[in-house]
Amino acid sequence: MSDTRPYKITGKTGSWEIVIGLEVHAQVSSKLKLFSNGAASFGSNENENLDLLDIGLPGTLPTINSFVIDQAIKSGLALNAKVNNFSIFDRKNYFYPDLPLGYQISQYKEPIISDGYIDIDINENDSKRIRIERLHLEQDAGKSIHDQSPEDSFIDFNRAGVALMEIVSHPDLSDWDEAGDYVTKLRNILRFANTCDGNMQEGSLRCDANVSVRKPNNALGTRCEIKNLNSIKNLMKAIEFEANRQVSLLESGETIAQETRLFDANSGKTRTMRSKEEAHDYRYFPDPDLLPLKIEEDRIHQISKTLPELPAQLKERLKSQYNLGSYDARVISAELETAKYFEDLSEGRDPKQAANWIISNLFGKLNEIDKSISESPISSKKLGKLLDLVNDGTISNKIAKEVFEEMFMSSKEAKEIIEEKGLKQISNEDDIEKLVDKIILENETQVNQFKEGNTKVMGWFVGQVMKLTKGQANPGIVNKIILKKLNN
Amino acid sequence: MNELLKLSLVETVKLIKSKKVSAKEIIETYINRLEDTEKYNMLSEKNYDEALELANKIDSKKPEDFRPLEGIPIAVKDIFCTVGNKTTASSKILNNFFAPYESTVTKNLKNAGAIVICKTNMDEFAMGSASDTCIKGEVINPWTDDFSKPLTPGGSSGGSAAVVAISGACFSLGTDTGGSIRQPASFCGNVGLKPTYGRCSRYGIIAFASSLDQAGPISKTVEDAAYALTYMASWDKNDSTSVNIKMPDLLKNIKEGIKGLKVGVPKEYIIDGMSDEIQKLLENGRTWLKDQGAEVIDISLPHTKVALPCYYIIAPAEASANLARYDGVKFGYRAEGPFKDLNDMYCKTRGEGFGKEVKRRLLIGTYVLSSGYYDAYYIHAQKVRRKIAEDFNSAFKDVDVILSPTAPSDAFVLGEKKEDPINMYLNDVFTVPSSLAGLPAISIPAGLSKNNKPLGLQLISNKFTEDTLLKTAFALEEAASFTHRPNLEK
Repeated sequence: MSDTRPYKITGKTGSWEIVIGLEVHAQVSSKLKLFSNGAASFGSNENENLDLLDIGLPGTLPTINSFVIDQAIKSGLALNAKVNNFSIFDRKNYFYPDLPLGYQISQYKEPIISDGYIDIDINENDSKRIRIERLHLEQDAGKSIHDQSPEDSFIDFNRAGVALMEIVSHPDLSDWDEAGDYVTKLRNILRFANTCDGNMQEGSLRCDANVSVRKPNNALGTRCEIKNLNSIKNLMKAIEFEANRQVSLLESGETIAQETRLFDANSGKTRTMRSKEEAHDYRYFPDPDLLPLKIEEDRIHQISKTLPELPAQLKERLKSQYNLGSYDARVISAELETAKYFEDLSEGRDPKQAANWIISNLFGKLNEIDKSISESPISSKKLGKLLDLVNDGTISNKIAKEVFEEMFMSSKEAKEIIEEKGLKQISNEDDIEKLVDKIILENETQVNQFKEGNTKVMGWFVGQVMKLTKGQANPGIVNKIILKKLNN
Repeated sequence: MNELLKLSLVETVKLIKSKKVSAKEIIETYINRLEDTEKYNMLSEKNYDEALELANKIDSKKPEDFRPLEGIPIAVKDIFCTVGNKTTASSKILNNFFAPYESTVTKNLKNAGAIVICKTNMDEFAMGSASDTCIKGEVINPWTDDFSKPLTPGGSSGGSAAVVAISGACFSLGTDTGGSIRQPASFCGNVGLKPTYGRCSRYGIIAFASSLDQAGPISKTVEDAAYALTYMASWDKNDSTSVNIKMPDLLKNIKEGIKGLKVGVPKEYIIDGMSDEIQKLLENGRTWLKDQGAEVIDISLPHTKVALPCYYIIAPAEASANLARYDGVKFGYRAEGPFKDLNDMYCKTRGEGFGKEVKRRLLIGTYVLSSGYYDAYYIHAQKVRRKIAEDFNSAFKDVDVILSPTAPSDAFVLGEKKEDPINMYLNDVFTVPSSLAGLPAISIPAGLSKNNKPLGLQLISNKFTEDTLLKTAFALEEAASFTHRPNLEK
C-alpha cells in the first residue's frame, strides 16, 4: 500500500494538496420503494408509480420494505463494512414541492452501515485504501418539471420514495483521478452485488463532492460541496476546476467561502448554489412512525452467504483460473459485462487470446463510437467464431482484424464477410511455391543480398507474397517456403 | 327521550339481534336524535342516507348471520379517514378532502357491522382541549344550562363526547394524544378509553403526534368501552408502531370484582390549587375502590411535574413535521394566486389554511427542533419522557392500577381560556403522563361538581393490561353509580 501520488496542482506558491470526500447516492435495485408499495421502476409515465404515501396523503404511514434492507446489508458487506444491529430512521425537514411529506425519511445519527473501505489501484502494484464512513438509506424526492408551461410547474412523483443508499467516504481522496477511480470501483462493486444498477444516465448513481485545498501538512482548508454530479467525467472535471479555483483564490490572497456549488457541464465551471448562511436547518429527529431498525446477526449471516463474486475476487480468479496477467485481469474485472464477455469468449479458447482481442481490439473500436461493451455490435459469440477461424487457419490474424472491422460496421458474421470478400487464407503449398519461384526469378538483387548474409531481406520476400495474395497467404507456410527456396 | 336511546351499546346489540326492533328503526331513532340536537354543533358530516341504506340491508339478514356490531350507529371523529365522507380534521387546509382509503379502525368496525351515522367536530388537527378551534365553529357541551355562556365539551374529541352525551350514537370514536378522549369524556359525563399505544392502528388517522396518537372509544358504560375496543383494535402491517400482542378478553372477567387488587394514588397528582371538589372526588374514588376490596396505597411518580412541558415539546415537534405535507401542492387548500414565488404560495396557503392554535404549535415544534435548541428542548424532553415511563414501570411493580382525577376542573365556559394557552394546556396535566408512557387509561364519570357538571376519575394500568384496567373501571363505575344525563330541555 502506498498513498503518495505527486501533487496535481502546483501554483505560484508551490504544491497544493487536494482533499476530497464523496457522497454517492445509489438507487437500490428493488421492485418497490423504501416505505411504500409504489413501483421503483424507471421510464414510466408521469405519476404512474404512486402509492398513497408517495404523495403524502394524510393518515398513510411508512412501512419498511425488508428487501431494501437486505440490499443495504449486502452492499455493506460488499464494501467491507459493519452492518449495525440497530439503526434509526430520521426525518429530514425541508419544504420543496417535489418532497411530498415535507420531510425526507433518512438516517442521521445511526446509519444501517458504517466503517467500510474500497482499495483503489494507484498503479500496477500499489493501491490506496479509501475509507467509507457510512452507508445509510433514504428516500428519493420527486422531480419538478418547469418546461411544460410558462406559468406553471409540474411534479412527477414517480421517483418520490424510491430507496437510495447514500455512501459517504472519508476525505481520503487526493485528486480527481482518485475520485474517478473510487466511484468507478464503488459502482462496480454495487453492480456485482446486484444492489444498484449503476446507471448514471438514468440517475441511479449521483455524486456530491466535498473539495478543499491546503498546503501539504497544513490544517484542512475550507471546503465547498459540489452537488449532483451525474457522470464520472463530470465529477472529475468539476473537482479539477474547483480545486484550481480554490488555489487561485488563495494564492491571490482571498479566502474560500464555505458553500454549496453546482457544476455546469457546458462551461466546465462550478458556481455558487447557496452560501453557508442560506444552508437549511434540517431539524432531524427520529421518525416516530417507524420503530428503530433491528438486524439480527443471523440475517447478516444469511445475506453474506448470497453475496456474489465481487471485482477483487473476480480479478484473483481471472489470474488463477485463466492465467491472466495482472493488467489483463484488472481490465477484464473492471466491469461486470466485460468479465462476462471474457468468460463467454474464452470458453473452449485460449484465454490470453480472448483477453487480447477484448482489450486491444474491441475496446479500441468501442471507444471510437463511445459505447460500452454491453452495447457492442459484436457479441462474444460472434467474436468467438472469428477467433475460431484464426485458430483453424482459415484466416490469418491480420485478415481477422480486417474482418473484425467489417463486422463492427455491418454486424455480419465473420464467415459471411470472408466468403463475400474472398479473404480465405491461402495455405496450399503448391500455389505459394509457384508465387515464390516467380518472385525469386524476377528479383535477382534481393536474392543476392540474402545470399550475402542480409537475412533482413526475408521480410521483403514475405511482403511480396502477401502483396500478390492480398495478404491472404498463410504467413507460416510463406516463411517456410521462402527459406527453403532461398537456401537452395 | 325515546327508550331506545337509553340503552347501552351492549343492550342495543342484544336488542338488534333479537329482531324485536329493526336496524332501520334504531338508525332512524338516532338520526332523529341528532337532528333534534343540532344546536350543539357536534357534527362535521352527516351520513344518514348511507346509514339507512345499510340498516335496510341488515334487516333482510338472518340474526345468526349478524356480526358483533351489526346495525350499531357510531359517530366518528373527523380525523379518521372514511371512504365516501369528507375527512377534514376540522381544518380549512383539508376542507374538501375526500380520502380514497379507510382507516384501519373504522374498517374493523364496519367489518364488525357498525354503521357510521356521522362524523364529529373536533379541535383542528386534534390540537386543543376545548373543541373551540373547529372550522365549523365551537362544539357546545350538552350539559350547558345558560346558552349565553355555553360550556366546552372538552377537546379535542369534543364532538364525539357530546354525541354520546346526548345519545346520538351507541358509542363514538375519539383519538387521544395527551388526553383528547379522556378529558372530553370527563366533561360530558361519558366513559373515555385510551388503549395502550399500538393497540389500535394509526393507519388512516390524520396524524397529530405520531408517538402519542391513539384511537379509542367514548361510550356510556365501561362494558360498552370494552366491547367497542374489542372490535377496534388490531395489529396492522400498515402501521409499524401497532403491536402484535394478543388482546386479552376484555369482557370475560370485567365483572369479577377487584378483591385484592392494588390501586396506587400518586401524591404528585394532588397539585397546588386543585379545587376541593376534585380533591373530594379523588377521596370518593379511594373509598369506593377500597369498599370493593382493593388495597389503595399512596405512591410516587416523581417526574409528573415535568410531564406537561415535556409533552408540549414532543407533540408539537412531531406535529411540525406531520403537518408539513399540507403545502397546497398535492391536495387540500391552496390560497388564491398569483404568487410572487414558491415561498409566497407556502406562506399564504399555510397562513390561511391553518388556525391560530395549530400555527402556534407548529412554531413551537419547529423551534424546539431547530439547530442550537434541539438538545436543550427535544433531546431533553426525550430523556424526561423515559424518566416518566420509568416512574410508571417502578410503580407497577407495586400496584396494578393507578387512580387520579381526569381533569383539574369541570367543563369551563367556551372562550374562557382561549387567549391563555398555558392555562388551556393545564387541562392535560393528569392525562399527559400516561400518554407519554404509552399506557392504557380510562376516564369514568364519578360525580357532579358544585355546578352540577360531570367530573371524571381516571384509571391507568400497565401496558397491554386493558383487561385489568376495565375490570377496575367497572368496579369504580358500579360504586360511583353515576346516572345523571344532561337536561336538553333548555
